[in-house]
Amino acid sequence: MDKEKLQEIIDKYDTESGKLLGILEDIQRTEGYLPKDSLIYVSKHLNVPLSKLYSLATFYSFFNLQPVGKHIITVCMGTACHVKGAPHILETIEELLGISPGETTSNGKFMLTTSDKQFTVNTARCFGACSMAPVIRVDGKIYGYNTPKKVAEILKKYGWRGK
Amino acid sequence: MKIKTLQDLENVRKAGIKKLFPDKPRIAVGLATCGIAAGGQDVYEALETALKKKGVNAFLTKTGCFGICNEEPLVNIAMPGKPLVILHKVQKEDAESIAEKVAKGKLPEEKALCKIEEWDHITSEKPFFYGKGYENIPLWNEIPYFKPQKKVVLRDAGIINPEDIEEYIAVGGYSAVYKALTKMTPDEVVEEVKKSGLRGRGGAGFPTGLKWEFTKKEKSDVKYVICNADEGDPGAYMNRNEMESDPHMVIEGMIIGAYAIGASEGFIYVRAEYPLAIERLKLAIKQAKEYGLLGEHIFGTEFSFDIRIATGAGAFVCGEETALIASIEGKPGRPRPRPPFPAQKGLWEKPTNINNVETWCNIAPIIKKGGEWFSRIGIERNTGTKVFSLVGKVNKVGLVEVPLGTTINEIVCHIGGCGIKSKEIKAVQTGGPSGGCIPRNLFDTPIDYDHLKEVGSIMGSGGLVVMDEDTCMVDTAKYFLSFTVDESCGKCVPCREGLKRMYDILEKITDGRGTEEDLGILDELAHTIKATSLCGLGQTAPNPVITTIKYFKDEYMEHIKNKVCPARVCRALIDYFIVPDKCKGCTICAKNCPVGAIDGGPGLIHIIDQSKCIACGTCMDVCPFDAVVKLSGEKIDTPDKPIPVKKGR
Repeated sequence: MDKEKLQEIIDKYDTESGKLLGILEDIQRTEGYLPKDSLIYVSKHLNVPLSKLYSLATFYSFFNLQPVGKHIITVCMGTACHVKGAPHILETIEELLGISPGETTSNGKFMLTTSDKQFTVNTARCFGACSMAPVIRVDGKIYGYNTPKKVAEILKKYGWRGK
Repeated sequence: MKIKTLQDLENVRKAGIKKLFPDKPRIAVGLATCGIAAGGQDVYEALETALKKKGVNAFLTKTGCFGICNEEPLVNIAMPGKPLVILHKVQKEDAESIAEKVAKGKLPEEKALCKIEEWDHITSEKPFFYGKGYENIPLWNEIPYFKPQKKVVLRDAGIINPEDIEEYIAVGGYSAVYKALTKMTPDEVVEEVKKSGLRGRGGAGFPTGLKWEFTKKEKSDVKYVICNADEGDPGAYMNRNEMESDPHMVIEGMIIGAYAIGASEGFIYVRAEYPLAIERLKLAIKQAKEYGLLGEHIFGTEFSFDIRIATGAGAFVCGEETALIASIEGKPGRPRPRPPFPAQKGLWEKPTNINNVETWCNIAPIIKKGGEWFSRIGIERNTGTKVFSLVGKVNKVGLVEVPLGTTINEIVCHIGGCGIKSKEIKAVQTGGPSGGCIPRNLFDTPIDYDHLKEVGSIMGSGGLVVMDEDTCMVDTAKYFLSFTVDESCGKCVPCREGLKRMYDILEKITDGRGTEEDLGILDELAHTIKATSLCGLGQTAPNPVITTIKYFKDEYMEHIKNKVCPARVCRALIDYFIVPDKCKGCTICAKNCPVGAIDGGPGLIHIIDQSKCIACGTCMDVCPFDAVVKLSGEKIDTPDKPIPVKKGR
């Protein structure tokens, strides 16, 4: 992430409350992850130890330290989704994309990326779209009432070409 | 313009009324997260195009969610002098015909769900009268889903445009702030809230007025108010909708609270998973500042107050107030022991009052109509209404607002219309990972803070997840524990280590390796963790296990003794079979089996090799003839090797 953009993000926060997490979230949103260089920059400019930023990045599940694929698929694991078959939806997506847990995850959080870097799969606690469970989100767009069949259709929209 | 006087407020109100009751048809599309996901945004755009194309003179706008989520996308239409009609399951393809009918002054009656002739926004001086007519369309409160409901918190949701402060003011918005700031002392405000009996809507149910009084009593140059919008309970989304559909009511409540306790700065801590709520709150704060309702000298008084947004980053424990404070301070959200309570030492060590979103939403009506009025809703010690998200295995899902003390049965069966596809409802889960599973035979339990506690659950923030015969209660307990194990901050041992051990035992049971002794160990661990954890997360995390063992012990025993999962969920205990009579030899299952466990060929009856099968269920999903069955503890007769499908089938 270029320095100007980073500085712009930092300058947006005029009070200490909510600042540090806010900055990290903005970087995460722009880049899809927290690049090491950006963290070093923030650390220097705010005079905050890098270890503290690392601590935040690993405590909060919103952050990740690895680059992500072109499309991010998030499977909701909320209670309503769980009772309506979310685990099965997640497995289906893993199977369709040919990835399995442990393949690329490195920091203990659930985050898988296909080898062609097209898709990253992760899970969320709850989107709050429980009425249309089970729910997945692809690049910010929410899809409800999923079935294994429907999931394959959704993936196709994002350039998945089948197994 | 800056609103300084009652006259200024009145002028804006009149401008807002013109938007709510224009002299042409008003069409509002429900665009909260759920509405958008159901296709509402497409409907909005299609309507915009269609109205323009046909040159229809109508006012197209957006609104929040009216709460009946499985009927979305919802569109409401009000012709001047006629009832407000709510259309349901509107698709973008319907836009042209809607535009055509509206152009002729007609309604697409076939799409109508219900109508509203009169609506009480509670904060307005008197209810709004839309008009009478449309005999064939039922009144909104005549349909079973809405009949037992009472909308206090959701008074504006799905009716006004949440992105327009003038519409909020039109329905009486910010008049409670005016009343509090110019006609009441801070003590009187606290007194009114105490009189209302309002209890914290975040789940624990602490009396709000009392909490305010504690913070008010503290002497300090700086005090804070915080709105806890870190709605973390999976299966609960009331707060999301409250913020998305009516953000100003949160802000109004906070201004009144800040005035009462003497705070000059406020924060809304919203979880990052709610981008639309954050966007609308930011916009609402900006508008409130422009109109002088936030900032210096509100309504020309000495009182100044400002609100900022702080976003959470995906940590369930941050719903706990001391963890939330740590998070706003830029630290990992780990709770600390109380006392000192936030009322004494909160954000940056200053007295801080934290309330849940929905608690704040109730403040304006209490100030406007009086605590006495509020205390008449609900039952003794549990006054007011509560919004619940009714989800899971139930026919009608959505947001339901009922007076406290309404029974579970009323909500699940009358409002929710019971189980899907006539499946037997088994339980309802309340209170998220801190709550419990309440069995069917206790459905006459009134939902309020005290009765839920009696049956071993808690109110929580308001999630009601319905479970039916296909839900395994051991798996459910395991699900919640996997959640709390992940979300434990790791600070105290009972929660960090104890929950993990409980999870391991549950996994053992669902894998078919459990023993009767395990139940005793689970019980002992559960009670130790409850008694010794540092914060609410650990203290309540064993609840799902305790309640499922208490009410569904037979299911645990089936898993342990007979190695059977009655709901056929636990993978290690289920087997898939292809029913020979139904198989047509199409080979689809064999092609899709990820482990090559299915033997067969064109025209042959397929057979699953149980030693290879991983019970993923793919064959069942792909079989076009429903020939695959899932059994636990049972078998069906299958041929030893693939044989030809009988002719003539």
